[in-house]
Amino acid sequence: MEKIFEVPMYAYEKSPDQDATIPVRHPVLVIGAGPVGLGLAIDLAQHDVPVVILDDNDKVSFGSRAICFAKRPLEILDRLGCGEPMVEKGVQWNVGKVFFDQAETYKFDLLDEDGHKNPAFINLQQYYFEEYMVDRVRALQAAGKPIELRGKNKVEAVGQHDDHVTLEISTPDGPYILEADWMVACDGANSPTRRMLGLDFEGRVFEDNFLIADVVMEADFPTERWFWFDPPFNRGQSALLHKQPDNVWRIDLQLGWDIDLDHEMKHENIIPRLHAMLGEDAKFELEWVSIYTFQCRRMEAFRKGRALFAGDAAHQVSPFGARGANSGLQDTDNLAWKLKLVMDGKAPDALMDTYSVERVYGADENILNSTRSTDFITPKSDISRIFRNAVLDLAGQYEFARPLVNSGRLSVPCTYDGSSLNGPDAAGLPSALRPGATAMDAPTKDGWLLDRLGDRFQLLAIGLEAESGLSACGIDIETMSLAADESAELAARYLGDAKGAIYLMRPDQHVAARWTSYDKSAVLDALRTATAQGGK
Amino acid sequence: MTDLITTPNIENADDFYADLLALHDGHSKEASDAINARLILLLSNHIGDRDILSQAMRNAVNA
Repeated sequence: MEKIFEVPMYAYEKSPDQDATIPVRHPVLVIGAGPVGLGLAIDLAQHDVPVVILDDNDKVSFGSRAICFAKRPLEILDRLGCGEPMVEKGVQWNVGKVFFDQAETYKFDLLDEDGHKNPAFINLQQYYFEEYMVDRVRALQAAGKPIELRGKNKVEAVGQHDDHVTLEISTPDGPYILEADWMVACDGANSPTRRMLGLDFEGRVFEDNFLIADVVMEADFPTERWFWFDPPFNRGQSALLHKQPDNVWRIDLQLGWDIDLDHEMKHENIIPRLHAMLGEDAKFELEWVSIYTFQCRRMEAFRKGRALFAGDAAHQVSPFGARGANSGLQDTDNLAWKLKLVMDGKAPDALMDTYSVERVYGADENILNSTRSTDFITPKSDISRIFRNAVLDLAGQYEFARPLVNSGRLSVPCTYDGSSLNGPDAAGLPSALRPGATAMDAPTKDGWLLDRLGDRFQLLAIGLEAESGLSACGIDIETMSLAADESAELAARYLGDAKGAIYLMRPDQHVAARWTSYDKSAVLDALRTATAQGGK
Repeated sequence: MTDLITTPNIENADDFYADLLALHDGHSKEASDAINARLILLLSNHIGDRDILSQAMRNAVNA
């Protein structure tokens, strides 16, 4: 049977742009049709910003690659209109087990907190993820939204100008040139665009190799995440087993640094490794296999004039903690509304710089977490291995040691503490929702709160009166009034001990500012602050 | 901020020291290293206070 990633999903078609005598100028060109590029383009199209995605390929991701998607990206995808099929198809899991040497050390249960629409995370092959996003692109096109996806369009050269970018593109019909007011490179860790512009990408290289194998098997392993440190079947190294939809299992085997890549990639050498892990009688079929090394690094800034960078093109982390695609979608969440306001002339160019500042902050958090996980999983010195093993020795018997076990800290949304876009905070409200934080979901009388938030500035008046129809700098604020007792989760998350609160929410569902009483001029000031145009 | 206690605080210091050494009797270097690491982790968790732990770490490096 043909796999979804073997079928051209956006086959090459010649565009009239290729016959233009003067290069056609587009408002936004997105390079790369992976999860990040597609996410950004969908977001822009939903805002009626005309966008063209260029990809050198014409198919979804080859092999599963990213498989673990966390709650925050699922919330973003809901806003983009494609989260629900993903959650429906994805595998949900709560239980993780940690093994050390021969024995199970402990298990943990990541029970979902109640009162959220989306689960804490799902496992889903990247090719399904991209397929649902391409479906969404097609649905937007059918609804007349200005979004175009050009397969087999490979960017060969990039030219930067004060107010636009020029791209030389090769296609099966030969080369052509396009101009863009804004270009967003979402073309992965090896970003050719970044290289063509000669931009830095500094960080730490980890000297290790991992074999990823996705196998199809009918197995009675439970739907749990199993992680082994130093198991008999992979001595001195680590291993991971995780379930995906359609009986596909992700196996991750650490190989060490000094390996013969060609030897390890041969199926006759991979199969015995998998049998040692899954049992000699296990019946499985290899769907996809890859060997990877990784680095933790980022660009100094994610903006260079009219060129912007998002996802792995801007920052790269180890796979532990699922912080790649998950953080890339948080990049696009941050970027789309800012680009829209600047393009419409409703906010100054300086707003685009805050994209870089806020997401560099997020990237540093991810790099820190991912580096720590990697240092635990693959100790780089004798003493770090001694402490790692001591933690694992103790974890079985003593609960205190379990939080020290680090087989990946799962991606959680970044709070933009200290961002210049943050407005005032009010004492006494729950700290988790301070300015810069992402909104937390909660049930309301008219559905999930996050289904009602996003894409515009909103004033959330909970248990307090606030005016409707506010506006400043040509930007409207929509007022949403909620009762303080609408749901216990809403009150606990947004009010704490306060009787009422006013939250100004950004279009990316982040908190801009909050108060415990309504003051119109304070709200308008906060709106100006949140869009980089003064304010107090 | 609480200060790390750096004045004598263990009764029967000689007995304690003998116990500490006895921990390692008959163990290989590798096993001894592991015992030391486990001991540090157990004691650190008992102390819990990050300020105290940081002071102890600094003093250990600078002694």
